[in-house]
Amino acid sequence: MAYDSFNILRSTAVPLPIENVDTDQIIPARFLKATERVGFGDNLFRDWRYNPDNTPKADFVLNDPTYRGKILVGGKNFGSGSSREHAAWAIYDYGFRCVISSFFADIFRNNCLNVGVLPVQISAEFLERIFAEIYANPDTELEVNLPEQTVTLLATGEKESFEINSYKKENMMNGFDDIDYLLNIKSDIEEFSKTLPL
Amino acid sequence: MSKTLFDKVWDAHVVRKIEGGPDVLFIDRHLIHEVTSPVAFLGLRNRGIRVLYPERTFATADHNTPTINQDKPVQDPLSANQLKALEENTKMYGIRHWGLGHYKNGIVHVIGPENGITQPGATIVCGDSHTSTHGAFGAIAFGIGTSEVEMVLSTQCIMQPKPKKMRITINGALGKGVLPKDVALFIISKLTTSGATGYFVEYAGSVFEQMSMEGRMTVCNLSIEMGARGGMIAPDQTTFDYIEGREFSPKGADWDKAMAYWKNLKTDEGAVFDKELTFDGSEIEPMITYGTNPGMGMGITHEIPNAEQVEGGKATYEKSLGYMGFHEGEPMVGKKIDYVFVGSCTNGRIEDFRAFASLVKGRHKADDVTVWLVPGSHVVEEQIRKEGILDILTEAGFTLRQPGCSACLAMNDDKIPAGKYAVSTSNRNFEGRQGPGARTLLASPLVAAAAAVTGRVTDPRTLIQ
Repeated sequence: MAYDSFNILRSTAVPLPIENVDTDQIIPARFLKATERVGFGDNLFRDWRYNPDNTPKADFVLNDPTYRGKILVGGKNFGSGSSREHAAWAIYDYGFRCVISSFFADIFRNNCLNVGVLPVQISAEFLERIFAEIYANPDTELEVNLPEQTVTLLATGEKESFEINSYKKENMMNGFDDIDYLLNIKSDIEEFSKTLPL
Repeated sequence: MSKTLFDKVWDAHVVRKIEGGPDVLFIDRHLIHEVTSPVAFLGLRNRGIRVLYPERTFATADHNTPTINQDKPVQDPLSANQLKALEENTKMYGIRHWGLGHYKNGIVHVIGPENGITQPGATIVCGDSHTSTHGAFGAIAFGIGTSEVEMVLSTQCIMQPKPKKMRITINGALGKGVLPKDVALFIISKLTTSGATGYFVEYAGSVFEQMSMEGRMTVCNLSIEMGARGGMIAPDQTTFDYIEGREFSPKGADWDKAMAYWKNLKTDEGAVFDKELTFDGSEIEPMITYGTNPGMGMGITHEIPNAEQVEGGKATYEKSLGYMGFHEGEPMVGKKIDYVFVGSCTNGRIEDFRAFASLVKGRHKADDVTVWLVPGSHVVEEQIRKEGILDILTEAGFTLRQPGCSACLAMNDDKIPAGKYAVSTSNRNFEGRQGPGARTLLASPLVAAAAAVTGRVTDPRTLIQ
């Protein structure tokens, strides 16, 4: 499915300094019953965000108007657990385009890249600095520069670079997905299938 | 050059390497279910493309199916709609479908091996993180997202950077009452939930060599819980004996050809891993978790560690214990239990029910505990009857439900109520995993049995001869 291309994103950010945020928290299983990819943002962090009677929990960051923006900043090992791509859809659908953390779970990272959410892994120290700056000034802006592969705290100029493979980077910058690539080499795949050992 | 088992299987499936990018990996077998496939089929329709090799994909309904009254219409309209979508999609694209009510229906990671679909040296994917289960046969098997399900349907390939390699070796004899689930929970407790992220794991050593296929599946199943994409065990005679004669296993000359290939599927002498870990099997106790991720586990006789003793932030640790209603320094043994769940792709196989029955035999279900016993498939259910296990369970006051994922992720009606404690043989103790507010203690079928007959967290070794 096509997504918006990603180049340079400047935005305030939403802090979620919890470690091991698993995909069951990002979107609980009971909200996976759709047969279309619509409306998942409403249930992003459902059980942290809403009480059982569906009233918002005032102390959860997404319900706090102080914090907003297109960047979600999470604690270490973000996105562990289930392979549900719905977690990445929910983040995208809510309006985030980038998740910053000091460590990501594998499948979640892959899913993000496939749906147009940029996962940005930075050092634990820089992550702490970003949390501190956001808490000191919720209006502080971050710049995520994909072509340069850098994250910058604009108020102080502190900057760190991040890794992304060149193929995925190109895809993100152009809004391409892997299926386009694979469909283009379909005849190679069919030839290859004849050479399998079994 | 010396190669690892993982290298051999991976390299045989690389269609092409992309400079500075992922490998294009050919997928031999693709398993799908009702929850993570509908949007992929929608994608095919939007692009106007067909399924390239429909015979390489197998469909089952498991995640949101009811575990009682399966012969009646599914009550939840959203679940019913997903089941209908799977039925229609598989029909439209010519994919084999073992839906609700079919005699081969069951949990995707139980029916794959059961039918001989899972084979050594194969690449196997499914839109489910516990696809790592199939690595027990020496396959490369891992979970994928829905975009990748669409890729496999349309081109039989996905694009993956080759992971790093880790070997975990465990030798030594396992103690009384220690099951494969305990071995896995022990490893995860040592590595944490992110300790193997970026790696594909090979399990080696006498502990795994002596394990049954069911046990190996339990261990490989839980690889994802330490962050690994998957885990695998070199195929041996135990593997070949399990596969032979199953519906989709090779027959006749094809079997001989396969065996010749499969026998070479092991790590060469001198092959190098990016990381090697070794543990002593005799140190492993029956395990139990006390927190909200599978890494928060310990020997059942231990006390809950203090925040200073565990890796990670204090705030996260306190949030986790707060959710569980537990405190640092408390013992787990003796804690009151409300529910017991035996089942899931982790522990829903025949051996798990044999273990459960071996302990409850001659005892009786504790009055104040609700126990859900959910076989992983109809084949498992049938075997439970055939072996007389059902009689033992019935005599002890238990009933058997119908197959499905059930309370492992509580997508159907099998939800643990808020605040209640469940000893569960499943794979995740995340907040709300078994129902909003539910509190999960992960453990083996023996620990589950001990809880079921005592109503408390109980060391099963005190109940077995």
